[in-house]
Amino acid sequence: MIEFLMQPWPWYFSGPMIALVMFLLLWTGKTFGMSSNLRTLCAVSGLGKNISFFEFDWKAQRWNLTVAAGAVVGGFIAAHFLSTSSAVDISLETVSQLQQMGIADAGAAYMPEKLYGLSAFTNTKSILVLSLGGFLVGFGARYAGGCTSGHAISGLSNFQLPSLIAVIGFFAGGLLVNHFLLKFLL
Amino acid sequence: MRTIIYFSIGILFGITMFKSEAASWFRIYEMFQFQSFHMYGIIGSALACGAIITYLLKRFQVKSILDGETISIKDKEKGWKRYLFGGLFFGFGWAISGACPGPMFTTLGAGFVPILIVIVSATFGTFVYGLMQKKLPH
Repeated sequence: MIEFLMQPWPWYFSGPMIALVMFLLLWTGKTFGMSSNLRTLCAVSGLGKNISFFEFDWKAQRWNLTVAAGAVVGGFIAAHFLSTSSAVDISLETVSQLQQMGIADAGAAYMPEKLYGLSAFTNTKSILVLSLGGFLVGFGARYAGGCTSGHAISGLSNFQLPSLIAVIGFFAGGLLVNHFLLKFLL
Repeated sequence: MRTIIYFSIGILFGITMFKSEAASWFRIYEMFQFQSFHMYGIIGSALACGAIITYLLKRFQVKSILDGETISIKDKEKGWKRYLFGGLFFGFGWAISGACPGPMFTTLGAGFVPILIVIVSATFGTFVYGLMQKKLPH
């Protein structure tokens, strides 16, 4: 059991675990949606002052910020105590493709050093790429009214057509950038 | 008590995101290249289980364990523009940063500090949406 948990989790274990998280949140009277926290952060930080979209009772959203704080701690626990290796076993095809694009640690690390290593802080291009990516994720998630958890998992599980449209958007947008733009950004 | 419950659910979620490798930039890249079944398997099996859970909760009008009220799962607002356009923007960002809002927090905990740039910009992106909300087609 412990040995199984220490290995990277296979998809058929990971997927049901995500559904379990969704169930626990529904069972405690809430919903599974992580991007709402970004809106709450805007309200808490005072950034959203005098803008109607951010004038809501953010204290009622503290439970979700608590889930997010737990996710930080969960990431720490998983990386430090539940893993023997941090390498992600992506397909060989992906490895060689990424290596040609200058991502030398593909297949040997959890995250590309170029974007997520400490050296990224001193690399203007990396900072710009991460900022652009983050901005679009935050803007798009709120525009679409949810992200992967709110639409792809919660919404589709409830057979919501709007969520299907959003998920089609997620993948259409992702495919476009991944295939045509990303090589110029790395 | 409630804080402990939600914090624990968060820990479980964070561990799952890290160990499933859904928080890895490499897995997202690989997914968009259709070079592995892994991410599709995760989303597909989460959905299959999620659909059964959602159906059963509604069918038996299960009550919440914390406040005793019947669990209600709201329908999303009708329409398509905001979902399609917003979805596209989200997809652009997802392919670049390799991070969706849940895994962002996990990645921070795992020690990949530059994710802070992503989190701050995502918060700023949300802020800009709030500014422009009334001018955007929904």
